[in-house]
Amino acid sequence: MKKTFQLEDLDCANCALKMENAIKKLEGVTDASVSFIMQKMTVEAEDGADFDALMKKVVKLCRKVEPDCRIIL
Amino acid sequence: MTRKQKITLIRIIVSAALLAAAIVVRRFVSMPWWAELLMFLAPYLTVGYDVLKKAFLNVIHGQIFDENFLMCIATIGAFAIKEYPEAAFVMLFYQVGELFQSIAVGRSRKSIAGLMNIRPDHANVLRNGEELVVSPDGVEPGEEIIIRSGERVPLDGVVLEGSTSLNMAALTGESAPRDVNVGENVISGSVNLSGLIRVRTTGVYADSTVSKVLELVERSAERKSRQENFITKFAKWYTPAVVVSAVLLALIPPLLFHGSWTEWLERALIFLVVSCPCALVISVPLSFFCGMGGASKKGVLVKGSNYLDALSKVGAVVFDKTGTLTRGSFEVTAVHTRCMSRAELLDIAAMAESYSNHPIAESIVRAHGGHIDKSRIGEVKELAGLGIEAEIDGRRVLAGNRRLMHERGLTPVCRFGCGETDEGTCVHIAADGEYLGHIIISDEVKASSPRAIAKLRQAGIRTVMLTGDSEYAANEVGKQLGLDEVHSGLLPNDKVELVEKMLETKGRRTLAFVGDGINDAPVLSRADVGIAMGALGSDAAIEAADIVIADDDPEKVFTAFRTAKRTMRIVKENIVFALAVKLIVLVLGAFGIANMWIAVFADVGVAVIAVLNAIRAMKVRS
Repeated sequence: MKKTFQLEDLDCANCALKMENAIKKLEGVTDASVSFIMQKMTVEAEDGADFDALMKKVVKLCRKVEPDCRIIL
Repeated sequence: MTRKQKITLIRIIVSAALLAAAIVVRRFVSMPWWAELLMFLAPYLTVGYDVLKKAFLNVIHGQIFDENFLMCIATIGAFAIKEYPEAAFVMLFYQVGELFQSIAVGRSRKSIAGLMNIRPDHANVLRNGEELVVSPDGVEPGEEIIIRSGERVPLDGVVLEGSTSLNMAALTGESAPRDVNVGENVISGSVNLSGLIRVRTTGVYADSTVSKVLELVERSAERKSRQENFITKFAKWYTPAVVVSAVLLALIPPLLFHGSWTEWLERALIFLVVSCPCALVISVPLSFFCGMGGASKKGVLVKGSNYLDALSKVGAVVFDKTGTLTRGSFEVTAVHTRCMSRAELLDIAAMAESYSNHPIAESIVRAHGGHIDKSRIGEVKELAGLGIEAEIDGRRVLAGNRRLMHERGLTPVCRFGCGETDEGTCVHIAADGEYLGHIIISDEVKASSPRAIAKLRQAGIRTVMLTGDSEYAANEVGKQLGLDEVHSGLLPNDKVELVEKMLETKGRRTLAFVGDGINDAPVLSRADVGIAMGALGSDAAIEAADIVIADDDPEKVFTAFRTAKRTMRIVKENIVFALAVKLIVLVLGAFGIANMWIAVFADVGVAVIAVLNAIRAMKVRS
């Protein structure tokens, strides 16, 4: 399963990179990409994974990396 | 400017005023060190409080080596060695640079979004005689929609009533409007320019052309080029390496060689300021994105930045002939037969070809013009690369090329002296082992093909044409266009084999294949860069190709090549420029020549310049 989310106030390209790498390491995530330019995040999870619970983890993780940036769920 | 940017601007102005006042006061009034410190802390905190806050939060979250943290250490360090004005100035300068960078990135984001602004926002659907405004994805296939002048076509469909001209520039880059009438197809994403039309939708929104194009462009950021992967890996090592060097620089000379602590600490701080890889991390993907955005404006859709990289190094471009270099709209130019009337031969041929969607078959059916009695046709077999075998009125009819005739032990003869293949493609007809005659079909070279080939050759690229057509027809086109190499008489799997052979011997430069995408999918996916042409609406081609040219202009291949070259040059400029400036400043800093100003410039100044340079990639000349 794969979903795309819009991001707000993503101001730092290096942070986008860090977010991407951190999300990729989450359990259940098969692939992730954060586009600094499009301000978009794509998260791909294993089939049958609880996506909402996963996204909660993603949001928490992103707040750690870049407190300004918001994920629009 | 966004709200956040405006607030930053106000903070910068206030801070600059406070700092100027502090410098003037210090010059004329002598005061204790703590009063001086307070006086300079005011502008410092005004402009930098958010940087301090972020740095603090990030350290708590275990993110140590980030820009904010480094700026804080550098400026707090400057306060510690009593360089008060310098500390405040560095923070101010850093924020000015960040603001510039944010504005530049915002601008480019906006112009890229503008390029992709082809998403239709509503559809006027007719349900039970009532017109409803709904979201495009709420419309079922087969429903009737109304498109007024000025509106964007929301879904693919067929015109039921009315006629108009459509602006397809957003999809194909072609600015001349296209006229559509009843019975013709309209493509979603184009804009209705003049009249009202009623359209029957042919599919759901998710399968429409505009969704496919948008998905393709939006997903392009996922396929990263070597350069982007290099930057990712580089950033991982670079920042920690510089920070470690900074620590060593601050400790070793004073401990081992009796250096002054203040002096070496200042040099170490310079290292920290330079250590952020932001200029690279922003500008390299941005350059690729601008390049792809600029290309899409011209109707060249690139599926990923890795393909721009590959295309920029192309050494040979292999073209399919029919539909790519030639129009693919065949016309029957002669019917040669001895044993029956021309109309009779054309009748048999049209029946045999009536189930095929090959352009040649279609031209024969078109030339026949009249009604085709399908009840007379029995079993039809398509023989790949040879022709068609069909049962008509109980007779076994063969319609195909010379090779098919030879395979079945027939010898094509012409008593009209045309030499069978002299004018183009020749379809031979035989029935029950008896040779009946042949139909000559000619294909026209596209107007822009000679220019496309000439430009590619001028750029030092080998041009090759592959075709299943006869040697004669192929050589004619080859001569007309000035191609380097022509291979004719190829079956679909011969094309794959030939391209594979070329891939083995190509050397360091890449190989691109250009096809019209209908039956070239295997070759398109095998080549380093597969370019599908005129492929809007053809899912298989969009799937298999790496670059999609929306209209059928072969000159766009050169546009794509030039965009790729230009984008790669800008990417390399940015990498070399950013690294060189940083390296020079690091060296100068270590020897005590560079000061904090130069260090901040090497960080944010370079990032701004690199971003501005990246935006240049968006300008694509046609």
